[in-house]
Parts: sequence; structure tokens; C-alpha cells
Amino acid sequence: MAVNKVFPDAKSALAGVLKDGMTIMAGGFGVCGIPSALIAAVRESGVKNLTCISNNAGIDTAGLGLLLETRQIKKMISSYVGENATFAKQYLAGELEIEFNPQGTLAERIRAGGAGIPAFYTATGAGTQIAEGKETKVFDGRTYVMERGLVADLAIIHAWKADPEGNLVYRKTARNFNPIMATAAKMTVVEVEDLVAPGTFDPDHIITPGIFVRRIVKLDHVEKLIEQRTVRKRT
Amino acid sequence: MPWTRDQMAARAARELQDGFYVNLGIGIPTLVANYVPEGMSVQFHSENGMLGAGPFPFEGEEDADIINAGKQTVTELPTTSYVDSAASFAMVRGGHINLSILGALQVAQNGDLANWMIPGKMVKGMGGAMDLVAGVPRVVVLMEHTAGGKPKLLKACTLPLTGAGVVSMVITELGVFEVGPQGNKVGLTLTELAPDVLLEEIRAKTEADFAVGPKIR
Repeated sequence: MAVNKVFPDAKSALAGVLKDGMTIMAGGFGVCGIPSALIAAVRESGVKNLTCISNNAGIDTAGLGLLLETRQIKKMISSYVGENATFAKQYLAGELEIEFNPQGTLAERIRAGGAGIPAFYTATGAGTQIAEGKETKVFDGRTYVMERGLVADLAIIHAWKADPEGNLVYRKTARNFNPIMATAAKMTVVEVEDLVAPGTFDPDHIITPGIFVRRIVKLDHVEKLIEQRTVRKRT
Repeated sequence: MPWTRDQMAARAARELQDGFYVNLGIGIPTLVANYVPEGMSVQFHSENGMLGAGPFPFEGEEDADIINAGKQTVTELPTTSYVDSAASFAMVRGGHINLSILGALQVAQNGDLANWMIPGKMVKGMGGAMDLVAGVPRVVVLMEHTAGGKPKLLKACTLPLTGAGVVSMVITELGVFEVGPQGNKVGLTLTELAPDVLLEEIRAKTEADFAVGPKIR
């Protein structure tokens, strides 16, 4: 029988995948392009002691904030976690571990991990506490820090549209970390706003090819949040 | 009279050049976008994956999928392109972004910058700041000259660094400093004063050593 990547809902798309202590990459920047339904299903499953790799930690009421609330996360690898009071409380109480990575280093660690590159050198963080304990090397007179590629057991991501093969396109800045995380996990599960028929996409326009996607779930309804609603007046 | 926040931003906008790709930090730097000279093409890079970030949307036209790095709703321009986070920082790390304008907690006379954490306080993370200051060839700091009456331009930063020797220029409400070679090391030169600000006032509010440029009396 042909492989079927399309699952009826987030719960079934994660069935047999979740384990205590696993490492999960979750796409999104702030609450833009986050895999909300998949995060809700992880919460529902009760799986715990998770290490989560995600640029941010969501807000109190959305994103990974939902897994912090239920204390399912043991460690976060992130670049910025400022918008989450639950995070601050658990961190200050010593209940949560955090590893801060510069945002570009985090992105490149994920890209490298997905591309089979175990480590790379970057000038980012040279001469700062980020470089402490890491190998450094001088190239052409400048000091670079060695950073490791990053991989995960599971990546949960959000895309705009998929076809049944798992080819994906994203919408605007909701792309962010999603395409690179798709490449860097043993299992990638995507939630999409729309599932289109095979052949719908122009192959030149596909951002993530289906080789990186194992399971797809089409969202019944999509609720998008805005963290900072900023507008200008009509003149 | 010291410059207002808008006047500081307008002064920083004079560092823009036609064809530049520019990253603006949160706070006063954001205001620089309002002072791009007429007829000049400048594209704003937003590190969450948007090149060519436009102004805030009109009320009712907000799109949750179009945000800047401050998580604020913004708009597309005819030049806009979207990329993933790795490609966005390839632009930064690869030196393709011409200018980064950001805020600071402290700047040292050797160009060291501290703007991401205060020990003992809740650490929120550095976001993209460390990548920007390391990767962008010209880094302009826009900041208040002092914090709680204490100088922010120091002989050496006391806070953990965001980058070592990365700052090119500092603009405060009192004046402009350039960071550059002085003999065989790097030092600060005061190059401009805000209107009616006296050199004595700057000296009193600055811990760092600095040379005084030829335009300053």
C-alpha cells in the first residue's frame, strides 16, 4: 500500500511518536507560525521532561507557554523568552533549565543539523560569555566560535499549504524557523491551513520538499494571534 | 538643548545611504524609519525573515502573518521578500546587511557593547543582537547618555558583552561619538554636540576617555 502521510487530526499525527524526555523542535517566531494544534496535542498527551528547541517560549496563553503551564518542559533552547511570565516564575524557582543561543546561531545550528553538518564556526558571540567553554579558532585574523549542529527526535511545524506528498509552502513571516526545523528531526509533523491536490504547486515554488515531512494534519480551523498590534492612522 | 528621541533618530538617519539594507533594533532605533530621505532607497531587514519591511498597517488591515522582529504588525512593500530564519541570518552573518542601528545598556571606549543582560535580573535572551553586532560591518548605537544619572559610555563594560569591539558610532541626546583607530588602539572621538550642549556637560556625564574632534570648540 502506498505511504499515506495525511492524518485526520493532531492527536493521531503524533500517535506513537511522543516519549518522556524527548527533544522537540517547535517552529514559530513569537506566536507567528507556531504549530498550535500540535502543541495542544502534546499537552493533551501528558508527555513530560521535554527539551524544547524553539526561538521563543510562547506567551502565557499560547504556544509553548501551554506546555510550561503543565510543567511538561524540563529545558528550553531559545534566543528570547521575554514575553512569558510562567517561564520567568519556573526559571527563577530553578524548575526550568534554559540554554540561550543567539538567534542566528540557533537557526544555523538547526540548518547544519538538518544538513548533516556536526559543527561550524561563527563570529557571533566571540569575546562574550556565549563563547565560554567552546572551542575558538582564528581565521584570517578574526576569532570564531565553534557551534554544534542541532537535531531533534521530533519537529512540529506550521505551514500554509501542503500537498499529500508533504511538499510545503509557508505564508509571509510565518515561515521563520519552520522550514529548517523540518529538516533537522527524525520525525517531522506539519499542521497546515490547507491541503491541496497533488500537482497544485508549481514545483519551482515549493519551499520544503516532501522528503522532510512524514506526517501532515490539516487544521479544521485556524486561529492566528497577534502579540503587538501596531497600526497607523489614515491621513 | 539635548536632542529629543526623534532628533536622535533623525541624526542616525543621516548614516543611511542609497541602496542600503538596514536592521533597526527595538525602541528609539525604530523611529529611524520615519527619517529616510526622500528619493533614497533603503530596505529594512527584519530578522524573523522579512526583507523590505514596510510601515504599520492601517487599522483593520493587520495580518498576523506579517510581523517584524519586535512582533509588531507591519506591511509589505513592492520590494518585500520572505526567507527562513537561517537565510535571514546568512544575510547578517555574511555581511550583506550594511548598517545595524540598535540600543545599548553600556558602550566601552574600545567599541565593546553590552545590551542583553543584567546579572541578578531575569534574563530574557539576546535574540538576534549578538549576530547583528558580529555580522554587520557598521553598528550605530542610539542610546540615552546616562541611566539613572550614571554614565553608559565607559572605560570598560561592567555588564556581560553582546559583542567585543563591534560599535562604530554612538549617538546620544548630547552628541555623536565615533569609534575608530587612535594610534595603535581603538578609541572614541566626540564629533558633534547637540545644540547648546557644552563639552563640559559631556565630560561630566561620560566615564570613557574620548578625543575631541575638530568641529567641537
